[in-house]
Amino acid sequence: MKTLLSEKIIESGTNFMMGNEACALGAIVAGCRFFAFYPITPANEIALHMSTLLPKVGGIYIQMEDEISSIASVVGSSWAGSKAMTATSGPGFSLMQETIGYAVMTETPCVIVDVQRCGPSTGTPPLPMQGDVYQARHGSHGEYPIIALAPSSVGDMFLLTIEAFNLAEKYRTPVILLSDALVGHMVESVEIPDLSSIKIFERKTPEKHVEDEFSFFLNENVAPMPKFGSNYKAHVTASTHDERGFRNVENPNFVDNLVRKLYLKIQRHNKDIVKVETKNLDEAEVVLLSYGSVARSAKHVINQARQEGLNIGYVRLVTLWPFPDDEILNLARKVDKIMVLENNMGQVVNEVKRVVGCEAEVKFLPPRLLGTIHEPAYIMENLRRFVNE
Amino acid sequence: MSETQLHPLIAKYARKGAQRQPHCAGCGNGIIAQCMLRAIEELDLDFGKMVFVSGIGCSSWIPSPFFNTDVLHTIHGRPLAFATGVKLSNPDLRVVVFTGDGDGAAIGGNHLIHAARKNIEILAILINNRIYGMTGGQVAPTTPHGMKTRTTPYGNLEYPFDLCKLVEAAGASYVVRWTTFHVKQLVSSMKRGLLKEGFSFIEVMSQCPVQYGRFIGIRDPAKMLLMLRDSSLPISKAKSMSEEELEGRIVVGEFVDRERVGLTKAYKKLLNEVQA
Ligand SMILES: Cc1ncc(C[n+]2csc(CCOP(=O)(O)OP(=O)(O)O)c2C)c(N)n1
Ligand code: SF4
Ligand SMILES: [Mg+2]
Repeated sequence: MKTLLSEKIIESGTNFMMGNEACALGAIVAGCRFFAFYPITPANEIALHMSTLLPKVGGIYIQMEDEISSIASVVGSSWAGSKAMTATSGPGFSLMQETIGYAVMTETPCVIVDVQRCGPSTGTPPLPMQGDVYQARHGSHGEYPIIALAPSSVGDMFLLTIEAFNLAEKYRTPVILLSDALVGHMVESVEIPDLSSIKIFERKTPEKHVEDEFSFFLNENVAPMPKFGSNYKAHVTASTHDERGFRNVENPNFVDNLVRKLYLKIQRHNKDIVKVETKNLDEAEVVLLSYGSVARSAKHVINQARQEGLNIGYVRLVTLWPFPDDEILNLARKVDKIMVLENNMGQVVNEVKRVVGCEAEVKFLPPRLLGTIHEPAYIMENLRRFVNE
Repeated sequence: MSETQLHPLIAKYARKGAQRQPHCAGCGNGIIAQCMLRAIEELDLDFGKMVFVSGIGCSSWIPSPFFNTDVLHTIHGRPLAFATGVKLSNPDLRVVVFTGDGDGAAIGGNHLIHAARKNIEILAILINNRIYGMTGGQVAPTTPHGMKTRTTPYGNLEYPFDLCKLVEAAGASYVVRWTTFHVKQLVSSMKRGLLKEGFSFIEVMSQCPVQYGRFIGIRDPAKMLLMLRDSSLPISKAKSMSEEELEGRIVVGEFVDRERVGLTKAYKKLLNEVQA
């Protein structure tokens, strides 16, 4: 922290910067010392800043030959003891999926930033969309739990990047920061808190004592992670393994134990992981539920609606995965109607419907034009209709 | 097996509970594992400061879980990319990659040329059995032209890679090829590769008596070893020979041994300059 201040890498107080720069600064503050990258719009500025900042703090920046090798080197770096991150957008995120599964399976802490762009395949690189919500959840094969966070502002790009590292290290899992081109490229003022007030989590490592009997995997309360070279003789494999890391690819008992433990490790700590921001819920009959860049429009609208005498609540999902089931069910029991805003053809809305059941009426509202966020007037118009339906 | 019956290299270097090699009887992978341990023993290296990274395939099971130190058994084709992260983050670790011809030359071919170009201080050992062993004998990018395999029932239309030439051209510091018959030379090259600055690449032509053997009609590992010996040709002799004369021969020996700055060393210098 001292070097960060003395090197003028970061200054507390009001700063004016781009979301992608804030992400890079957040990573440095969180202790990230390895960043691997393959160029892609709209994530490039993260690499621009990481390649400049990391050498100043003794960290490593490397441009790899593709996104597959970027995430692979991040996983290798994590086992060598570094906090490690990569950043990309849709096409690169797709290429990373196999290794994200590897990181889940081997319980490797790391952060993957997906600055989402528009459309399937090459699509429209500079425009924002929220098309990767399901890819973040289910992009790799098999079944596994994952953590994904959705920043809505430049300030979030800073703080949620730190939060992503903290969760990754605490739960030994890849964490996805699901940003988009709007939040990544937006320039706005951001309050950088006093650095000493920011909580940074360091991963649990084994006790000094090196024993014959060890267990570095598959603990619901997170097993300690040995650092390569520290004489713990870790055997790391993403083949089905036991608590000691020994492979067993014959007996279904092993895969049953493994998948359940990986799930429990996250599920048991849902309360600590899941975050939802709410406003004006007290007398609200209708709630606007959104996340990421779209939540900016929603926030604008609730203030306007109040002036019109409409009681509109605001819910913003900070955590997308694990899905905030409990929080949303509680909400549904209190309100009649939930309008879900997303810049896609409907992804989170399906989860909301699954959780809510018959407790509230759920309506989906995409933007008028995919690739833009909802204009406040357009939301208001639909909201008035929904209230009176 | 009681402790007293164990081979001294196994007693010293094998992980408890994993002292048996998982490979088929007569497989070349066992020979290569032993050569590696012998090289480490002769150099008296600190095994605890070595990290073994492998991909997916029979050959990737050489260190995993057999070697009793840090082992990162990764996914198909990418061990060099994982190893790059390990080495950059802790250059004091000696990083060795085990990969197959499918793993390192097909799906992972791009990582191989880029690791060589970056000249990162990793020793990569590519076991070339000219076939996909683990998945049941499918054609590989190293399978001889015309050969019938599980997936080339009418003969292979394509031509095999010359991996040593490829890696040399990409910029590696040290490139060498031997066969599992050349154990003495292999141990000595492994020692050289372990101490060399920059990217070292050892291609080992190996026998797979089960999958490759099935398609050439020879399943006797000893016979396959003799075939490897008889088709080998020292690189010094090969230099003056025509392409036709080299047809079907395995050129063995050192392709290159040169001084080039390794990536982590260059990065360390950069760190010193930036932080000064
Ligand atoms: C992405 C992916 N594709 C395919 C496979 C299936 N697979 C496992 S091993 C292997 C080939 C191994 O061949 P090689 O690298 O030559 O190793 P060998 O078994 O011959 O030593 C393949 C294709 C896989 N595991 N992952
Ligand atoms: S299939 Fe071939 S390469 Fe694989 S273990 Fe058996 S003999 Fe060795
Ligand atoms: Mg092979």
